[in-house]
Amino acid sequence: MNTQFWLTQAFNGISYGALLFLVGSGLSLIFGVMRIVNLSHGSYFLLGGYVALSVIWTTGSWLLAIPVAALTIAAVGVAMERVFLRPLGFDPLRQVLLTVGFAFLFQQAALDIWTGNNFDINPPDALTKSIVVGGLYLPLYRIFMIGTALAIGLVLWLVMEKTRMGAAVRATVDDAQMARGVGIDTSRISMLIFALGAFLAALGGVIGGAFLGIYPGLDFEMLPIAFAVVIIGGMGSLGGAAIGALVVGLADNFGKALFPEVSYFTLYAPMALILAVKPTGLFGRE
Amino acid sequence: MKSQHIKVLIVVVALAAIAIIIPNTNSFVILLATRALAFSILVMSLDILLGYTGLPSLGQAAYLGVGAYLTAILATRYQFGLGYDFWLVVVLGILFAAALAAIFGLLAIRATGVYFLMITLALGQCAWGLAYRWNSLTGGDNGINLRARPKFGIDLANEVTFFYLVFFLFAVSLLLMYTLVRSPFGRSLAGIRERELRMKILGYNTWLHKYIAFIIAGGFGGLAGVLWAHTAGIVSPENVVLTTSVDALLMAVLGGAGTLVGGVIGAFIVFGLREYLSTLVPWWQYALGAVYVLTILYLPTGLMGIPERLRQRRAATANREDVKKMAPVTS
Repeated sequence: MNTQFWLTQAFNGISYGALLFLVGSGLSLIFGVMRIVNLSHGSYFLLGGYVALSVIWTTGSWLLAIPVAALTIAAVGVAMERVFLRPLGFDPLRQVLLTVGFAFLFQQAALDIWTGNNFDINPPDALTKSIVVGGLYLPLYRIFMIGTALAIGLVLWLVMEKTRMGAAVRATVDDAQMARGVGIDTSRISMLIFALGAFLAALGGVIGGAFLGIYPGLDFEMLPIAFAVVIIGGMGSLGGAAIGALVVGLADNFGKALFPEVSYFTLYAPMALILAVKPTGLFGRE
Repeated sequence: MKSQHIKVLIVVVALAAIAIIIPNTNSFVILLATRALAFSILVMSLDILLGYTGLPSLGQAAYLGVGAYLTAILATRYQFGLGYDFWLVVVLGILFAAALAAIFGLLAIRATGVYFLMITLALGQCAWGLAYRWNSLTGGDNGINLRARPKFGIDLANEVTFFYLVFFLFAVSLLLMYTLVRSPFGRSLAGIRERELRMKILGYNTWLHKYIAFIIAGGFGGLAGVLWAHTAGIVSPENVVLTTSVDALLMAVLGGAGTLVGGVIGAFIVFGLREYLSTLVPWWQYALGAVYVLTILYLPTGLMGIPERLRQRRAATANREDVKKMAPVTS
């Protein structure tokens, strides 16, 4: 195990972390604003990938597939929130069960529409090359993933910290009742955040589909990892989601490379410990 | 007769009917019922937490996994538990699962509401991660195939004999759990579910109550696992995965949380839909998903709650008619 090994694994871990940031930041915001444990978040990821596949098959354009998939799934998310979750009121157990009921429905729908085969989303040729930096082969696609996550993260941060809208969201995260009291329309905020969360998860699905593949069961594989990101980072905090994604991405890569037999254990055990000690996560807002 | 006696009588009659009718059907139905009964023990164990203590666990499959993997590893590696020592495996399965619950409980019990959901999810994932990745012990993704069922005087390879064994242990579990929830300890659990702060003020050690309930539920989960291993003949990470925990939760809610037998009804409905309907129509999973969504939206108290809801509705209408009758007098 030389420097090359460590650098390559670190790079892979960071780029995987970039993907996890897309999935985790949405989940974290949804949890922060609505206190909903959304078990259909993994389905948004998978459905995003599938919709992108359909767009690519019909139009041949990968670039077009990204916004179409993300917006379609955002619409699905809004419909779910408006029609089913909002009228349910606040009961964590019923919310969880409802979202999981939907996850099962989405699973079956995906099987019917896109069959049970494994697919890959092929990015344009320009992104499939590698560049060599100091003797390391760095796939351009992974660099693209890191770039996308950075850009999205930056935009989200600007919106959250610098705009009135963002201030309203932060107020809702901190104390929804108080926010309503000062005239913030928390219902509208919830809808927007749910749409944003679904949008980001689907975006992750399109981008991640190139190296994870798109296959049945990916939804429930991605879901707990996204939760690990949210919990380690802290619920409802963007910076937390970024750190959580990086930690989980690196832990996952090094865990699988160094001690494969306990690699998932090394991911979820810290998650449980953090929850036991500080339920809001390492960087969560109190 | 008190209404509670009538309810117990109905359950006993229904169980007797199952014990008499099922063995006389075909082997498909017998296997289906055996699976549902074995899994029902897990669902009932979860109901002790969910329905009686107010702790919705998203990681109950971990205990099923401990029991099942223990059974499979002992049987395939050491040829242990295939004769009279099967009963020893039953005891070990319960103890190991209870021990795991004792460890997990230390971390989880303090959390409430959404955080309890999340932490049990994380703990369940720990168990799944080990089952999935620890190839040398668990066989990884492929799992472990059990070649034979135990034989001691009776031959459990015979599906009717095996059905009776599972039925017997199921009935014992139901009786024990029913006794538990009707005991003073069970009453305090319900008190904690309704209002934990008040129980604390009354001097109850609510943490210890919840912790003990968690361990007991884990033990029953282990028993379910031992039986599940021999029922299915294969143990794999599929048994420990998040969706298995969620299934158990949904079955409990579908039947009606806080009723024990509700979970059994839920298990039979879900297993029926999944394994029977799936052979008939391709859209069975839509039916299952729709059943879940509709139950949560319109039947928060589950199927067992229907009679109560009907009674309330009838009372409400009767009330309204009384008011109408009185109306001319008062006006």
